[in-house]
Amino acid sequence: MLSPELRQRIVRTMVESRCLEERLLKMVRQGLGHFWTGGPGEEAFNVCVGALLNVGRGPDHDFLLPHYRSSAVALMAGVKSIDFLRQMLGRATDPFSRGRNFANHFCDVERNLGPVSSPVNSQFVFGLGTARAQQGRNGITVVIGGDASTQSGDFASLLVWANRPEDPLPILVLVTNNGVGISTSYASQHAEAHIADRARPFGMAAATVSGMRVDETYAALSRAFEHVRTTRRPYLLEAHVTRLWGHSSSSSTAALPGVEDPLAHEVIPESWWADTRARLLSEENQVLAEPHVTPESAELDVFGEGRPWPPLLRR
Amino acid sequence: MATIAQALRLALRYAETGLGVTNIFGQDVGPPLGGVFTVTQGLAHAWNTPLDERGIIGTAAGLAMIGVPSVCEIQFGDYIFNTVDLLRLVGNTCWSTRGQFPMPMVLMTPVGAGIHGGIYHSHSIESLLTHLPGWKVVMPSNARDAYGLMVSAVLDGNPVAFLIPKALIRGGQAQLPGEPQDVGPLITTPVPARAGWTPQWPPVEPFCTAIGPLSVVTRGSDLTLLSYGRMLHVTREALQSQPLGERVELLDLRTLVPYDRDALLASVARTRRFLVVNEDSSMTNFGEHLMRVVHEALPATRMRLLAARHLPGVGLSQVLEDHTIPTAADILRAVEDLLAT
Repeated sequence: MLSPELRQRIVRTMVESRCLEERLLKMVRQGLGHFWTGGPGEEAFNVCVGALLNVGRGPDHDFLLPHYRSSAVALMAGVKSIDFLRQMLGRATDPFSRGRNFANHFCDVERNLGPVSSPVNSQFVFGLGTARAQQGRNGITVVIGGDASTQSGDFASLLVWANRPEDPLPILVLVTNNGVGISTSYASQHAEAHIADRARPFGMAAATVSGMRVDETYAALSRAFEHVRTTRRPYLLEAHVTRLWGHSSSSSTAALPGVEDPLAHEVIPESWWADTRARLLSEENQVLAEPHVTPESAELDVFGEGRPWPPLLRR
Repeated sequence: MATIAQALRLALRYAETGLGVTNIFGQDVGPPLGGVFTVTQGLAHAWNTPLDERGIIGTAAGLAMIGVPSVCEIQFGDYIFNTVDLLRLVGNTCWSTRGQFPMPMVLMTPVGAGIHGGIYHSHSIESLLTHLPGWKVVMPSNARDAYGLMVSAVLDGNPVAFLIPKALIRGGQAQLPGEPQDVGPLITTPVPARAGWTPQWPPVEPFCTAIGPLSVVTRGSDLTLLSYGRMLHVTREALQSQPLGERVELLDLRTLVPYDRDALLASVARTRRFLVVNEDSSMTNFGEHLMRVVHEALPATRMRLLAARHLPGVGLSQVLEDHTIPTAADILRAVEDLLAT
């Protein structure tokens, strides 16, 4: 059951997420950043996911493998909005990628927020490994993909591997179905009525819901999380969402008339919008004064430091 | 004396008993087969996956992301091509996450020709893999290096591609420290006799072979001949049949990334001649990179690459394989040509 306090925090984070996307897109239009893609239209769903995550590091906490429309999950999980601005501006302070990756390609090892990869299907197979590490532990893996990414073979791989009869995986598969992949319609590529139907041959629990309203979404996600936590078996939840501003800054980002907006379902004080926008503008000004990455920094992080060496091992 | 397969089995046994590895997986890697070349027979943590290379690489990558090192196998290097974008992601994950997610995983796969493997069991893939930044790439030519490099790969904490020259898997014998003379029967069994069988693991003293340094196989004064994997043996046998021994310095590269640039250049600086022999196809071959490095540092060096012909595959017929992959006669001709200049 969604408490009033949590519900208010969810809606406030939805506002923060929308304002952040707005700020990021403005930075691209002002020539401060290079590219934007994000998740306006998915806020209700994504923030509820973040609210249900068991956040922390290691296999006893949930591990998120997101896609590039999932930033609202990260905000709800505790990631700071200013860090998204740092990534957009390629500053040395960008904690996600040291100025190397697109906006909204976040990650945070301390919170088990796995890296967003631009190839939008790979998270489905990476989740097979994180979930395997969580067998017999408390955490579960949560993987998010869009409807178009389910057209890839990696989604089929996930269904096969997650449902192996003697070795099922504790993985929650979330598909945000906005009905379009860049410019190609869902209807033109999918014969199945619902993506969730693809779970049926595997005997895998699944559901299709609307991801546009907080209470309905939270309830559906709660059931899905609970199923995976208690049975340690997979669950496929398809949520219908919208894509309000187009695929990316490389296509039209104009808000389309008549497209459902999850924030329009909420009664939101004007001060929340104004305060959040003002804070983000202030954060942008702060980041603009921070140092750029250096050319030499490109040489860092190619390899990790490695594991502790057993002291008695002969070399 | 252990074969490469047996040495790898012993190294993986040490990995699961001494280094905390609890996932060794791939197609037919677990019981009853224990790998198509028996590399994983009898291991406690070896398990079978679906026939799905992307799932295998994805699983290893996911384990790595959450901090769990593993060893996965692609049954033959020939079947790795549908995973290339995943390999690229694995290689760039540490870098693209500001070092937050190093990727401790070992990908082992048999490569190369020499077993009449035809079009899809003869590929060499080192040129492809060395073109993926963020990966380390090793290829042993003998059982001792196979053991030591596998231990190092597991401990490295980064993606390591462990290329096994498939024609040597049941050969390349070497004595491992502490190993009894007849280790084979203790840890190997035919598949029909597998029921109820448990391996008798011998008391091998664990050791590692550092990733990086090359090995000088023979010293010589007039030509640096660099090879690795199966072609190292073809080369050595070719040279043993000729009175060229003192003139050729034979190097076993062992680690392709990061390769031993200093030792290579030191050798070529003395010999002033450089020959690379491998069995990958010749166009954009890894050996061409080594030649560029040598040329830039030592421009007067006479050099040559002897590699496989750039054809769509290695044909099944021995006639076709001999036409495609460098033979002992080809190697001797190249050596004599370089020494004559």
